[in-house]
Amino acid sequence: MELQVKDIIQWFELTNEKIQANKDYLTSLDQPIGDGDHGINMARGFKEVVNKISTQDYENVADVLKDVAMTLMSKVGGASGPIFGTAFLKLSIAVKGSDSLNFETFTKGLEEAVNGVKQRGKATEGEKTMIDVWSPVVDYLKSEKDFQGDQIRKTAKQAMENTKEIMATKGRASYFKEKSIGHIDPGAASSFYIFEALAEVIKGGN
Amino acid sequence: MKKIINDPNHVVQDMIKGMVMANPKTVKQLEDTLIIARSEAPIANKVGLVSGGGSGHEPAHAGYVGKGMLDAAVAGEVFTSPTPDQVLEAIKALDSGKGVFLVIKNYTGDVLNFEMAQELAEAEGIKVEKVVVNDDVAVEDSSFTTGRRGIAGTVFVHKIAGAKAESGASLEEVKAVADRVVKNVRSMGMALTPCTVPAAGRPSFQLDENEMEIGIGIHGEPGIERKSIATADEIATELTNKVLEDIEFSIGDDVAVMVNGLGSTPEMELYILNSKVHEILNEKGINVYKTFVGEYMTSLEMAGCSVTLLKLDEELKVLLDAESLAPAFLN
Ligand SMILES: Nc1ncnc2c1ncn2[C@@H]1O[C@H](COP(=O)(O)OP(=O)(O)O)[C@@H](O)[C@H]1O
Ligand SMILES: [Mg+2]
Repeated sequence: MELQVKDIIQWFELTNEKIQANKDYLTSLDQPIGDGDHGINMARGFKEVVNKISTQDYENVADVLKDVAMTLMSKVGGASGPIFGTAFLKLSIAVKGSDSLNFETFTKGLEEAVNGVKQRGKATEGEKTMIDVWSPVVDYLKSEKDFQGDQIRKTAKQAMENTKEIMATKGRASYFKEKSIGHIDPGAASSFYIFEALAEVIKGGN
Repeated sequence: MKKIINDPNHVVQDMIKGMVMANPKTVKQLEDTLIIARSEAPIANKVGLVSGGGSGHEPAHAGYVGKGMLDAAVAGEVFTSPTPDQVLEAIKALDSGKGVFLVIKNYTGDVLNFEMAQELAEAEGIKVEKVVVNDDVAVEDSSFTTGRRGIAGTVFVHKIAGAKAESGASLEEVKAVADRVVKNVRSMGMALTPCTVPAAGRPSFQLDENEMEIGIGIHGEPGIERKSIATADEIATELTNKVLEDIEFSIGDDVAVMVNGLGSTPEMELYILNSKVHEILNEKGINVYKTFVGEYMTSLEMAGCSVTLLKLDEELKVLLDAESLAPAFLN
């Protein structure tokens, strides 16, 4: 399967539905180890993303992803605006020139996205951030040959749950040191919704 | 949630409108932005000073916009850093060719968004320098982590860097003096009650009637240690000693003291704290050059306080004493 412009648009429409539906949950994850705004931030950003991409005509997937990135960057704020914005901007740059996305290009692009996030936020795996979901998803994709929605979802879900056991060393949660253990990272949870939405697009297309 | 608001998702826009109306001669809102700037900006031959951050810390930061302090403040949503495009707009609006200086509080979000704006401005040929304020001794300082937070000590950076810029100093000179303030300023806070982000609708944590939280930040995040409520003298001692442990003071050193209320602490209580802070400094032979008691960097309606000490040299004293027409720091 290849992801077409319409699939990418659907990916973000589904992501938005999940983020809106779980806005309070995401905010509640950000209360014990943060400042209780993550759900509000992401909901504001993805609502604008959908407003933006549903009113435009796109010729290629990179342009959709670029609009997603720029909208997140200018509407979310906080740590997650630049972080998620950078992720989709790097993905967009990496897949430039392709009308649609095959498995290989997508996987490479997602790897670039993770590298970009690491560079921007100076964090790496094991610091209790959204990287701890994105990076395992990339590792899983690199071990595969084609899109498999169920496996992507499963990998992202497991990775999100694993963030519970990590002590935060980056982001606001790092102020709580050992006390950050036992809580799911809010950015990891929204990343799970992003990949769950992707999995649904893939399942629909298979 | 009980608040005097119209729409929880519109509090920042509504506040800014009211702020400009309160100071129509001195400030303006840049069109289609959440930026408050000095009405005469850009000012020829002067380094522009921009700060900002999430809202909910009023009078920070827009209250510090005025002659002798900031040239612009960029407001984000409540407790959420503003976005790079907004910070970029502020930089562009202030640049008079002499460059723009950014005062950033050390939070991942603020640092990332301001840094991206700096990169974008530099790409447009504007000279930009910055300082990252990290005065909160409650958080361990480490190069492997996010590091300490920026809290009330930031106001001293605004004041002193602002006075330096007003004197016609270069971008490098403004940065040098701002770096010196950051090196010499430390704070520590505590809270009696949590606060409620309007769009969240419920408090960010719970504290029992007889509990207090030590090492609190200014974003409704829980503190570092929870314990039973103590007297003002005990609280002042704990906060002041924590600050003193972290920075070297010698007998005869001059300091500026800031006893800051977090939003709903009566001034009465702040003054009670202040007298003990002075007593401790006196005992140690540290000379209080100037004291500031009041609400400078709040956390919505949180009850609590922070104590900030700034070690002063001769130049910092002069700059601290210089004129300021910022509504929240008339001097
Ligand atoms: N340096 C970083 N690198 C990658 N992700 C980060 C970093 N710092 C924070 N995050 C992510 O951002 C999330 C917090 O986002 P949000 O609450 O919206 O911003 P803020 O922390 O500014 O309030 C965290 O849960 C984490 O996943
Ligand atoms: Mg947050």
